[in-house]
Amino acid sequence: MMNQASRRIFGSHVILTVLSFIMIYPLLWWVGAAFKSNEEMSSPNLFPTHWLISNFTDGWLALPKYSFTHFYVNTFELILGVLITSVLSCSLVAFGFARLDFPLKSFWFSILMITLMLPSQVTLVPQYIMFNTFGWINSYMPFYVPHLLAGGIGGPFFIFLLIQFIRQLPKELDESAKMDGCNWFGIYWRIILPLTKPALVTVGIYCFLWNWDDFFGHLLYINSVDKYTVGLALKMFVDSQSALPWGQLLAMALLSVLPSFIIFFMAQRHFVDGIASGAVKG
Amino acid sequence: MNTNIFSLKQSRRWTKILAIKSRWESPLAGYLFISPWLLGLIFLTLWPMLQSLHYSFTKFTLLDTPEWIGMRNYERIFTEDEIFRQSLKVTLLFVVLSVPMKLISALMVALLLNKKIRGISLYRTLIYVPSLIGGSIAVAVLWRNIFGVDGFINKFLSLLGIDGVSWISSPNTALLTLIILVSWQFGSSMVIFLAGLKQIPNDLYEASSVDGASKVRQFFNITLPMLSPVLLFNLVLQTIGSFQMFTQAFIITKGGPINSTYMYALYLYDRAFSRYDMGYASALAWILLVIIGIATALIFASSRYWVFYETEGGRK
Repeated sequence: MMNQASRRIFGSHVILTVLSFIMIYPLLWWVGAAFKSNEEMSSPNLFPTHWLISNFTDGWLALPKYSFTHFYVNTFELILGVLITSVLSCSLVAFGFARLDFPLKSFWFSILMITLMLPSQVTLVPQYIMFNTFGWINSYMPFYVPHLLAGGIGGPFFIFLLIQFIRQLPKELDESAKMDGCNWFGIYWRIILPLTKPALVTVGIYCFLWNWDDFFGHLLYINSVDKYTVGLALKMFVDSQSALPWGQLLAMALLSVLPSFIIFFMAQRHFVDGIASGAVKG
Repeated sequence: MNTNIFSLKQSRRWTKILAIKSRWESPLAGYLFISPWLLGLIFLTLWPMLQSLHYSFTKFTLLDTPEWIGMRNYERIFTEDEIFRQSLKVTLLFVVLSVPMKLISALMVALLLNKKIRGISLYRTLIYVPSLIGGSIAVAVLWRNIFGVDGFINKFLSLLGIDGVSWISSPNTALLTLIILVSWQFGSSMVIFLAGLKQIPNDLYEASSVDGASKVRQFFNITLPMLSPVLLFNLVLQTIGSFQMFTQAFIITKGGPINSTYMYALYLYDRAFSRYDMGYASALAWILLVIIGIATALIFASSRYWVFYETEGGRK
């Protein structure tokens, strides 16, 4: 006979197993459906009787002129630029806030906190017009430049997260570096930045995921198929036919979330710690 | 190591550029470090905000220069614009329904996960996974399929002998499918709750167990008050986010049927970028900002009645 404690643990396992199953059921169904033929699509069976690889191979080439290879290359090009600019600029700013004293610092810090909550719609129209006059529409500049200026998707959040992290590092490091004749930039680049690596990885992961998921920005600023990202390509796929080839579409959609999953499982620890240490949107 | 040499060279170069000859506490240094953000704040946030405020008093179609028309846009929005009223109604409904649903599921699951049993991190991972794909196009595509007339939800219902509903094309259920979607993705709130739960000292529970308090009473007398600051944080974050919901409505329902899911952000987008009515869209944006501001202020104002801070020494 089970005692009360182990019965309770068993009960927890049952509840959690059922819950986990419900949560990932749509995803399991998605995986199955990506391999189904159109006839089998509407059957309630989780997995197909015949696994069709052709959904992936045909879907990959389903759009006219460009294959999905092109869209993935575009997306990675966009995200790589965003990732580098964001990590560099946010760490620079965070170091300034965490380690240096300057007039009005607390004022600027509270402004930073406010921008964390500011809805993007309120700057949308003028920003679009500004980027339009610079001739940046249909390029990736509307993504690179805001991130270079520690803004863009998640910017203020990343700064906040890094400030929290840098504040925990001992100040004696700065002092001894000063003795050795290091200036502030040297301290940032040679001492703090290497020690901030775990937090930088967290920032990088979020930056990747959120930009990978971003659709609105891409929709707004990219308008030639040549420059399309994966998200826009999927949107084009949805719009292109009235009778949707669901198998192919779901297969392509499934592939498009694969990078996020890979990153998540590779860096799970960073992930959860990262959210817990600060805040997160979404 | 290669990278080290590179970084050393780089830093020497920058050191020279930034050389502030040993003036350690020079205010200039601090401002240099935060300058990227400061520039962004001025040119990508503050200046555009002022501009959009200005545009909101103009008729502006991108082709010609803005023409000052005073309060006309606002008058039209508040007196004539049926679609504005509809989209505001839908958005408020969405916020009021989806935020509590999301937070309640997040809290309940966090409580379940806050146990020291084997395999708990696997459960946590599985439950978090749907939130990972968040507002992507891919998940919108999936949802369209699942809730389609021939989708698996209907097939599943028919197995139970229930007639299927055309979830997405019926104005009564379209909004519900979007609410279900976002409620499914409660992972980030859940993780924040979990972090909050871990901070509650265990001796509080032990002491109350000695006093014979039941689990339910413990939840209401210990867990909930101790967690209330985290709850406030999640509530503010989710409320602000939900007011801006766009992608899912754009792909799954396209705002329809009969505008039953025509979210505010969707309407704003259409006004600005389908009809190039930039002045009008700017007015809509400022109204949204004010509404979100009021909602946030109300939440904060109410928080003194339900948020418990330990340092106060007791609940008011």
